[in-house]
Amino acid sequence: MSAEHGRRMGRRGVLRAAAMLAAGAPFATRGAEETPIRIGFPVPITGPYASEAADQVRAAQLAIAEFNQAGGLGGRRAELLVRDDKLDPGEAATRAIELIEKDRVDFIVGSLSASVQLAVNTVTKQRGVLYNSISQSDQIVNSPDWGPTTFHEAMTPHMTAAAVGRYAFEKLGKRCAYVAADYAYGHEMVAGFRAVGATMGAEELAEIKMPIGTRDFSTLMPRLQALRPDIVFLCNFGRDQQIFVKQAHDSGLKRMTHIVAPILLQTARLAGGAQAFAGVLGGTSYYWGIENEVASAKAFNDRFRKAYDGHLPSDYGALGYSGVRAVLTAAAKAGGTETAKVAAALAGMKYDFYKGPQVYRTCDHQSVQAVFIIESKANGSVPDDVFTVLATVPGQEDLLKTCAEEGLG
Amino acid sequence: MAGLSLDLLALQIFTGLALGAVYVLLAIGMSLIFGMLTVVNFAHGAFFALGAYAGFLVLTLGGNFWLALLAVPIVTGLLGMAVEWGLVRHLYGRGIDDPLLLTFGLAYVLVELIRIFAGTQGLPFDTPDALAGAVDIGIGYFPLYRLFVIAMTVAILVLLWLFLERTRLGLIIRAGARDPEIMRVLGVDTGRVWRLVFGLGTAIAGLAGLLAAPLQGVSPEMGNAILADAFVVTVVGGMGSLAGAILAGLLVGVIVSLTALFAPEAGDVAIFVLMAVVLLIRPQGFFGRAGLMS
Amino acid sequence: MSAAFLTRAAGHRALLAALFLLVLPFLLPFRATAVNVLIDGLFAVGFNLVYGYVGLLSFGHAALFGGGAYATGLALLRLGLPWYGALVLGLVAGAAIAGIIGVLAIRTRGIYFAMVTLALAECVYYLAYQASGVTGGENGLRGIVLTKIDLFGLTLDFVDPLTRYFVIAAIVALALAALSRLLASPFGAVMEMVRENEARARASGVDVRAVKMLAFVLSGAFSGLAGGLQALHLAIVPIETLDYSTSGMVVMMCLLGGRGTFFGPFIGALVFLLLQNLVALISSHWQLPVGLVFMACVLFFPRGLWGQVTRWRPA
Repeated sequence: MSAEHGRRMGRRGVLRAAAMLAAGAPFATRGAEETPIRIGFPVPITGPYASEAADQVRAAQLAIAEFNQAGGLGGRRAELLVRDDKLDPGEAATRAIELIEKDRVDFIVGSLSASVQLAVNTVTKQRGVLYNSISQSDQIVNSPDWGPTTFHEAMTPHMTAAAVGRYAFEKLGKRCAYVAADYAYGHEMVAGFRAVGATMGAEELAEIKMPIGTRDFSTLMPRLQALRPDIVFLCNFGRDQQIFVKQAHDSGLKRMTHIVAPILLQTARLAGGAQAFAGVLGGTSYYWGIENEVASAKAFNDRFRKAYDGHLPSDYGALGYSGVRAVLTAAAKAGGTETAKVAAALAGMKYDFYKGPQVYRTCDHQSVQAVFIIESKANGSVPDDVFTVLATVPGQEDLLKTCAEEGLG
Repeated sequence: MAGLSLDLLALQIFTGLALGAVYVLLAIGMSLIFGMLTVVNFAHGAFFALGAYAGFLVLTLGGNFWLALLAVPIVTGLLGMAVEWGLVRHLYGRGIDDPLLLTFGLAYVLVELIRIFAGTQGLPFDTPDALAGAVDIGIGYFPLYRLFVIAMTVAILVLLWLFLERTRLGLIIRAGARDPEIMRVLGVDTGRVWRLVFGLGTAIAGLAGLLAAPLQGVSPEMGNAILADAFVVTVVGGMGSLAGAILAGLLVGVIVSLTALFAPEAGDVAIFVLMAVVLLIRPQGFFGRAGLMS
Repeated sequence: MSAAFLTRAAGHRALLAALFLLVLPFLLPFRATAVNVLIDGLFAVGFNLVYGYVGLLSFGHAALFGGGAYATGLALLRLGLPWYGALVLGLVAGAAIAGIIGVLAIRTRGIYFAMVTLALAECVYYLAYQASGVTGGENGLRGIVLTKIDLFGLTLDFVDPLTRYFVIAAIVALALAALSRLLASPFGAVMEMVRENEARARASGVDVRAVKMLAFVLSGAFSGLAGGLQALHLAIVPIETLDYSTSGMVVMMCLLGGRGTFFGPFIGALVFLLLQNLVALISSHWQLPVGLVFMACVLFFPRGLWGQVTRWRPA
């Protein structure tokens, strides 16, 4: 427990430093040749995903520091302007407008929810500012939300479900039930699993949509136990997921069926506890444990450990790193921060920052990337040792919807 | 619906009653405070969360769950009395709005203090070993711990009933709820009685939080969501009525449970529809006194 | 400031308000926040109409504000109405929703009125949430892009921060002037009579129910207009605008500034947003000081900040 406690203390310190930096930034003088590259970074520093957001900030700061240590862009340094979007789309839109109008940022990277990223995207699209989103959504790379300045570093629910579904239907059984949070993320995940399931002969027993923020799932257990599915796909997020898993464990459901969460967060697992999560399967965009197989992951983890006294990056945190680094790399390639040139450099860009090869698909700017299938451990050696990597589904375009299907043909 | 058997329906209703037990505990504390002090306590959810965190602290310091069951209500009860003495007391006689708003602000402060001292992320809270697992109750398997929560709720209600009906202090409280003037005539120190009632309410809220912790883990916001539910229960039952709180709590639990079976996505709105319907037909709730609070 | 100046100034509250709105964007470090102050200020003033002047504590005003926002957004996005037409529709939607909620809720009183309005507003939230084909559901309504607006033959660039501020400020000023006239009318006096003593008002021949109903609908119109302005400003309507936290926020703003005073709610919105945004820059624990300030206000300034200021003013 003390190790986990220390981890939180560390996060707060970083957050305070980041906030100080952000507060001080407006008063920094701007010389003509010294104009820094400014990246706005709206994330939910307060609210239920505060710990995930704190990790995003830490990892993003690492990308900034690396860029500056390497000499920046012809002497131009990069800086990160962290803002609290409070997990509220209206607040996020206001912060994004101010980042553009007042702080004159060159790019915006960030967000940790579907609705927030769509709000930020509306603002950036309207003003022709490049935005790289780092949380899951299908809608953002779909018409009409997508725009020429929209990029999506995170995975989409469709590709996550495709990768996790292929593994689950093949190894665990065909009879499945869905428990989904009743909003876009949950619906998109279920649609993704159904698409895979149709090709693999899966049988759907039930789809149960629960309001987002549900605090008690005990009411679902009798029905799920009566249905006896091979797999329960748990298409919700954060605390909802944590509570479901806990109650599935207590009611004995976990012993009768496999629980598969398309996105199994490291932070949710830490908050939910090893006992409740043991044996739960899922997908993730990143787990530090891949470092033995992937060289860039090892390098990233080591730099992170060094910068943040031995701590390891989390899945959503790592997205903050790659999202910022991608934009800076493209700016270096384009030789400046002009939106059109950077967007042109980003589209089709191949990169391997931390998890193996990735590429921004040209037609919708979605990052094509590997999905990792993981299982929660009963007991790990250190607090961060929580998952076993079962399989790596390499990043291939057949996991994604085609751009024609997204209305971007 | 496919696979809907009588056993499933029975189990579903029983699950609802177990869920209702926690609502009953929260609502009864709220109703107690309201019936006596006419204070609508918006910080009740924060005391619920504080109870869970206090329990977590007891476990971290080496204590066990049973010790926590004893320590938590004492801690949250004393804290409630301190709040009454330091803050709420100064607003008596100012109408209904001011204490409501003060406790609204207090809830912000308490929840943020939890975040500062225990972190924003939730903490795991394992079910005590002796109560882990599920048992066959004839209609299906049911988590043992939830049976324990029902038993605890019954025990607390019985103790509360004995206290109110069989002790001198209980007599004073009951008399005071009907007519505060009587207390003054009898020479009772009303300030102390009111402090005790406030503390009793928050003690039960803290205990409810502790009982809920093994069900859902602990998090700073855990009281916010359940506060809205508890309000619905209190209002539907009739503000200030203990019998109303019990009846409405169980009813809301069963409704939430049945909604989850037949129309799960309507889970949140169902209880608000219930409240709107009940209040439009019977504006004072099941057992509320008409005219109070207008 | 001398007492005489204050007394004179109070006679020209519309002028004073206009002056204040003129300098606000230059005083605040954040311009987009300044626009939010205007919008939330108008919302709080509209809320104050029922809470401060008639004495009805509503916990359902999110439905009126959010209803207006969605109506304006949908009018622009789907109906292709001009921006002013969309705003009028927002205003009408706010009033209409207030009418429906009002008819049901007016028969209850006190805390029960608060709970019925809360419950009905939650139903509106649920409807909007489920009708995702129309409203965008949890993702919110997006893409309400308004780049240019026509005003008396002039074409203004609505993306420009200062222009956007002054267009919205002008509309808010007009709404405040209308409200000022309303409060100065006999109806204003009747409302306060109902708040002070319902029985006496009824005895004097006032139709209490009709007064409450009318005030609630008017409040809905102001709230709906504020919601519509927010849709234009942010180019999105988040589902959160219909959430009960929005209802809670407006109650807090109104109380912070001073219920039943003309400028109080507006000042409350300003202080609330500033406090929240400034503290959020230095610490992620902004809710602690906000909560403490709120408690201090209830304990020491029960009339609110502006209410306290006007109290010091000699009569």
